[in-house]
Amino acid sequence: MTLSSNSQPLISLRGVRKSFGAFEVLRGIDMDIRKGEVVAIIGPSGSGKSTILRTINGLTPINEGTINVGEIKVSDPKLDQVKLRHRVGMVFQQYNLFPHKTVLENVAMAPIQVLKQPRRQVEERARKLLAEMRLPDKANSYPGELSGGQQQRVAIARALCMEPEVILFDEVTAALDPEMVKEVLSAVRKVAEDGMTCILVTHEMGFAREAADHVYFTDKGVIVEHAPPADFFTSASDPRTKEFLSKVL
Amino acid sequence: MTSINLFSQILEWMPFVLQGFALNILMSLLAIAVGTLMGTFLGLGQLSTLKPLGIPSKLATQLFRNAPWLVLLFYCIFLMPYQVNIGGVVIQLPSWLRATIGFSFPVAANFSEIVRGSVNSIPRGQWEAAEALGYSRRATLFRIILPQCITRMIPPWMNLYALLLTATPLSMIVGVEEALGRTQAAVQAQGDSRVLIPMYLALLAMFFFYTWPINRLSLVVERRFRTK
Repeated sequence: MTLSSNSQPLISLRGVRKSFGAFEVLRGIDMDIRKGEVVAIIGPSGSGKSTILRTINGLTPINEGTINVGEIKVSDPKLDQVKLRHRVGMVFQQYNLFPHKTVLENVAMAPIQVLKQPRRQVEERARKLLAEMRLPDKANSYPGELSGGQQQRVAIARALCMEPEVILFDEVTAALDPEMVKEVLSAVRKVAEDGMTCILVTHEMGFAREAADHVYFTDKGVIVEHAPPADFFTSASDPRTKEFLSKVL
Repeated sequence: MTSINLFSQILEWMPFVLQGFALNILMSLLAIAVGTLMGTFLGLGQLSTLKPLGIPSKLATQLFRNAPWLVLLFYCIFLMPYQVNIGGVVIQLPSWLRATIGFSFPVAANFSEIVRGSVNSIPRGQWEAAEALGYSRRATLFRIILPQCITRMIPPWMNLYALLLTATPLSMIVGVEEALGRTQAAVQAQGDSRVLIPMYLALLAMFFFYTWPINRLSLVVERRFRTK
């Protein structure tokens, strides 16, 4: 957050629109996210927060507008998918680990198979990441043998192992039991503190307040307002934001 | 005394019937092998996003799945040549072999549906996670989705095999000398109406004791994989 705010943004969205059938989920989204920034997107369910994340790594194609990640134009039909996924990692609400692969394989397989990096080097990195996620002894376990919190930390290690520039966190604590939320949030916080650019969709207002550099509030497919958390949570100006905050805080 | 005579008389015919039953087993093993291979391609074809591949695969699957097995059998028996000439080598196609090919069509269609169903039963999140890691659709299917499907496909595949075996006596109608045909022939040859019921009971027992363990095993396998 101390990075000069006039530097070129790493990620920028301009006039992004997306419809599913007749339902317009995103109705003109503009965002700028700089390198190293931690951005939280909050808002009522169905407001399009998750869709914003999924458009950034191309999981959801957009109908209108432009999205740029570094020099990559995401909406380009000739987009190099592997290059984009190399730069943008993602962690899902339901972890989505591969159940037939061990924890180590889950973390290491994509850099080996997709990025064609040497196995030994990747596995070494994967073990280091598992240690950082406080799962050093779980490398040979299967996902089904781990708790939800542990699985989500494996998923974070898996995203990190691709050595991305930005990680998208899609409601990563929403499927967890309350006692596991904290361990996952502290893992996310560690990733953010190590300088990773993070975009989080979250319902954890306390976490957004503490960890984010910038908070976006979405409602009905538009960004209603955005501000640093200190301002956002104390002096929200829009009535929709006020109403939402009064419900969740 | 007469019942002992009757028993030994029936026993005398058993090797004859059992040889027929061996043909049922042979036909079922060949048909499941060929059908599984063809069904794998049909199933993957059904999952393809390429229309020239997807639509014919779906059509073929529906056609062979919904046609009576006996009708398919008639087609293969009467429309296929008795012998084929491959590069000067003449290969005879006896009726049991043509019947086996006839059985492999409905097996392929049913297995095609097993493949499609098990792939579709894998949560969408697996596809998304793989896509987010840079895997192409094809690489996702072969490296991530199908390996998870194999355990899910085994129980229905075993059931399909059991179903196939119990359908093989249909080939009697087109003149294959399998267990049912031979039982019938044996009953007629003995010219004794008292053997009728025990002979058919013996035939029933053969099928039952072969198929029942397979069905039991498929249940065990299903339970084991479900809890995993």
